[in-house]
Amino acid sequence: MRLTVNGSEHELDLDPRTTLLDALREHLGLTGAKKGCDHGQCGACTVLLDGRRVNSCLILAIAQQDARVTTIEGLGGHPVQRGFLEHDGFQCGYCTPGQICSAVGMLGEVERGWPSATGDDDPLSDAEIRERMSGNLCRCGAYPNMVPAIREAAGR
Amino acid sequence: MKTFSYRTATGPADGLEPGAVFLAGGTNLVDLMKLGVATPDALVDVTRLPLGEITDLPGGGLRIGAAVRNSDLAADPRARQAFPLLSQALLAGASGQLRNMATTGGNLLQRTRCRYFMDATKPCNKHTPGSGCPARDGDHRNLAILGGSEACIATHPSDMAVALAALDAIVHVDGPAGPRTIPVTGLHRLPGDRPDRDTVLEHGELITAVDVPALPSATRSAYRKARDRASYAFAVGSVAAALAVTDDGLVSEVRLAWGAVAPRPWRAWRAEERLRGRPATAAEFRAAADAELAAAEPGRDNAYKMELLPRMTTALLERLADREGR
Repeated sequence: MRLTVNGSEHELDLDPRTTLLDALREHLGLTGAKKGCDHGQCGACTVLLDGRRVNSCLILAIAQQDARVTTIEGLGGHPVQRGFLEHDGFQCGYCTPGQICSAVGMLGEVERGWPSATGDDDPLSDAEIRERMSGNLCRCGAYPNMVPAIREAAGR
Repeated sequence: MKTFSYRTATGPADGLEPGAVFLAGGTNLVDLMKLGVATPDALVDVTRLPLGEITDLPGGGLRIGAAVRNSDLAADPRARQAFPLLSQALLAGASGQLRNMATTGGNLLQRTRCRYFMDATKPCNKHTPGSGCPARDGDHRNLAILGGSEACIATHPSDMAVALAALDAIVHVDGPAGPRTIPVTGLHRLPGDRPDRDTVLEHGELITAVDVPALPSATRSAYRKARDRASYAFAVGSVAAALAVTDDGLVSEVRLAWGAVAPRPWRAWRAEERLRGRPATAAEFRAAADAELAAAEPGRDNAYKMELLPRMTTALLERLADREGR
């Protein structure tokens, strides 16, 4: 099968059971996306599929041969990455690649005018960022510094 | 995970070989396959079928293609304007990542999150007919108080489906026996003695679209959801409502549906019937919700829903009545 990841096309011979996450980590050596819960509940495996954030653990690689996958390795110094460094938006770092990919996807959603359940006038208020990022858990509880990191990146 | 073959569907009426299932967003199916609860022999990927459009229906309704992603539907300007409760219900469900994959058809067909169903090693009449149901004496805190049976008290987990039930949406299906339509309120079966069958769909029938008919009162509508944490959790109770009130304060039109109380999105017909023509007051709203619950059979740990749902319903209808600007 064929997978297009971070702009490069790869030919792979994979079992149909292989998730996109396992294809990235075990077969392409891209270990940035993390396996946390492996059930779509923690967000550590978040990558961008045709620019939209998704849980790569719940996606079969074989079904994504026409898609463009972007992982944390493909972001290359994105403002969200710099924001996380400047604001110390992490502690152990395990959830961080998923947080950053999710934030990049989320800022694209805000730009397109997508609403959230919070419904604030400001789509980048604290409450909005927290709601929009609720699919990414951080067991260190580093959330307070992620919020300004993400908001600041939106302005860059 | 059990091994399976994979192919892409060539048409909505293709049908399915025995043991095969359709794959769309996969956010529930792939999870259940990992858990060993779903064990298909083959996956037929329907995401390349041309079912991804939202189109206007004559008179102000919307036709939502079955492959429209939950996030795209929630953000659609027509849906937000004409059916706020639908957009709100979608945004109240899952996470940004899951909504980007989950489809309209797949959302309707997602399975219960009852912990016994989700565990292939436990008895469960839904995943293994005849094996029994440990939920009545076990963990049933978020299981059904309405519509359950001796065999099963699972709840349907969708938020979107609750809004669609209130809106009298129509489900279009296609399959080897030809196309047909099903009211969304009749799509999900009550379990009876066949809890393994969630819906009235036959093997090989594919949901192709969902029609939401025009409903003028739906511009004053809302979805309210109670859950154990502020975001990204299934409902412990939810209410979808639309309300229209006359100049002299009487209910002229009301739509009401509940989530997380029954094996299907629960349209509260009895409450609606009781409210029509009555004063739009908290006391009437409460009495109507209580009337809907007259047939409820709460268990040891889910009786809280008997108070939660009437309170949520009353508060939401009061809010909608106030917004009418009387």
